[in-house]
Amino acid sequence: MKANGTVHRYGDNVDTDVIIPARYLNSSDPKELAAKCMIDIDKEFVGRVKQGDIIVAGKNFGCGSSREHAPIAIKAAGISCVIAETFARIFYRNSINIGLPIIECPEAAREIEAGDQVEIDFDSGIIYDTTKGTQYQGQAFPEFMQKIIKAEGLINYINSSRN
Amino acid sequence: MGMTMTQKILAAHAGLNQVTAGQLIEAELDLVLGNDVTAPVAIHEMEKMTVKKVFDKDKIALVPDHFTPNKDIKSAEHCKCVREFAREQEISNYFEIGEMGIEHALLPEKGLVVAGDVVIGADSHTCTYGALGAFSTGVGSTDMAAGMATGKAWFKVPSALKFVLKGKPAPWVSGKDVILHIIGKIGVDGALYKSMEFTGDGIQNLTMDDRFTIANMAIEAGAKNGIFPVDELAIQYMKEHSMKPYHIYEADDDAVYDEVYEIDLSALRPTVAFPHLPENTRTIDEVGEIKIDQVVIGSCTNGRLNDLRMAAKVLEGRKVAKGMRVIVFPATQKIYLQAMEEGLLATFIKAGAVVSTPTCGPCLGGHMGILAAGERAVATTNRNFVGRMGHVESEVYLASPAVAAASAVTGRISSPEELDFSAALSSQSESLKAEREE
Repeated sequence: MKANGTVHRYGDNVDTDVIIPARYLNSSDPKELAAKCMIDIDKEFVGRVKQGDIIVAGKNFGCGSSREHAPIAIKAAGISCVIAETFARIFYRNSINIGLPIIECPEAAREIEAGDQVEIDFDSGIIYDTTKGTQYQGQAFPEFMQKIIKAEGLINYINSSRN
Repeated sequence: MGMTMTQKILAAHAGLNQVTAGQLIEAELDLVLGNDVTAPVAIHEMEKMTVKKVFDKDKIALVPDHFTPNKDIKSAEHCKCVREFAREQEISNYFEIGEMGIEHALLPEKGLVVAGDVVIGADSHTCTYGALGAFSTGVGSTDMAAGMATGKAWFKVPSALKFVLKGKPAPWVSGKDVILHIIGKIGVDGALYKSMEFTGDGIQNLTMDDRFTIANMAIEAGAKNGIFPVDELAIQYMKEHSMKPYHIYEADDDAVYDEVYEIDLSALRPTVAFPHLPENTRTIDEVGEIKIDQVVIGSCTNGRLNDLRMAAKVLEGRKVAKGMRVIVFPATQKIYLQAMEEGLLATFIKAGAVVSTPTCGPCLGGHMGILAAGERAVATTNRNFVGRMGHVESEVYLASPAVAAASAVTGRISSPEELDFSAALSSQSESLKAEREE
């Protein structure tokens, strides 16, 4: 499994309130949520994002509320992977559970810039910045989480392990 | 190797004698919680599962508290979805608005959580129940769905930070100041993926309401959970509120902690978190002149009876500043009633505040007190992120109920120490005298 896209770049502590503000949580429709994704931190994001694009951010990405609407909005907006120095733990769980690929890689998160073209190989965890010609080794998931990701989410994983 | 309190609870629920930090385990759940924002997504996920019934109808709690009383048609549809699911699955702990409250104040009050439990909730402030010596943590809707169906959840066993609390807080210093001080010290990711374990003699000087506030905001330091040892006060609380058997777990003497912090409660000052992160703390002495437009007193963090008593003590016999909007929202119907019986609500209304039904509304910018561009609020809530209570150009300052109430009176961020309580006390006794003479 691979991802390839243009980078949208953010700083530290991007919270779930700016990813999808509570005023839009009266909906749980991925399309409606995607239309408001990142609105309180980057009004241009929705107009700019293309299918397959990548978000790169600093420390503690997805901190705050447990709203799964946040990774749902990001995934439905077309983002193929989020790379960050670290993720807030509920956001990390939620992303794995809904099948949004995320990778912790402090070096890549610090160096990759907005607009760079980036390729990610999820099997090896290798992140390649084709604009800069630089390569990084992202942290691989523990085996248990890989099983959830391969099943495309926790619900499918539980269904298949019960059958 | 010794285990922390959290590790012992998790080991017992995974059927293991020993767990170590980083180990992946599957634990049995004592309670699975959801609200009107997160439960509809979970219910939708559960529909995709081969399991069609919840694992135990008595171990699920559904609390429509975020956008209730329904703020618009879409919210009403979400609440309807939760209500119908509860009816169909015969969920015993579904709470309609007349019997409800903000989930994290309601569940301990209803006796649904006790020491030694493992609880997941599709709300980040589920960590509140650590005040009772339970392991409780926030998850998303898919985890909630899986928990409702299977009664189990996977966890990575956390390492821990230990906070040794010593001494007695000064009169206007409360649990909120303790946790804001700690978050200011370690940062919003200072406890990322970890437990925050509170110990020390100072705990005896903290009320249960203080402890709920402290455990509640563990998530604001990125923690997986915050947890207190179970002492006489906690046991008394559980006996008064619950019929459930509780289990006391204690950290081993040789438990390993990533860091140990000593906090002298007697040295703490009223503390305020400036926009736009809970770690941007300053003591009240360093605040300067910050004029405000709105004060919000309540929430799962600070909407309990002691919080309201503290605010009422400051507002008694006073008026809020001209043009100030003050919104008080007790956290549960029971607290609301108690506050009414104690005369606290009358104090708030006479001072010029409004008193709202229990709801999460104002805290997350949902409804009941949204801020316009350029407006500033002092709030006893838990987050001051960009746009948290309304417009992206509004600002939220987090503080205790005492500081929030004092700020309501002066119109700028203030300590209750600025107000003259000798005058207030004499006017109170005069009005009492007048009432008696009538």
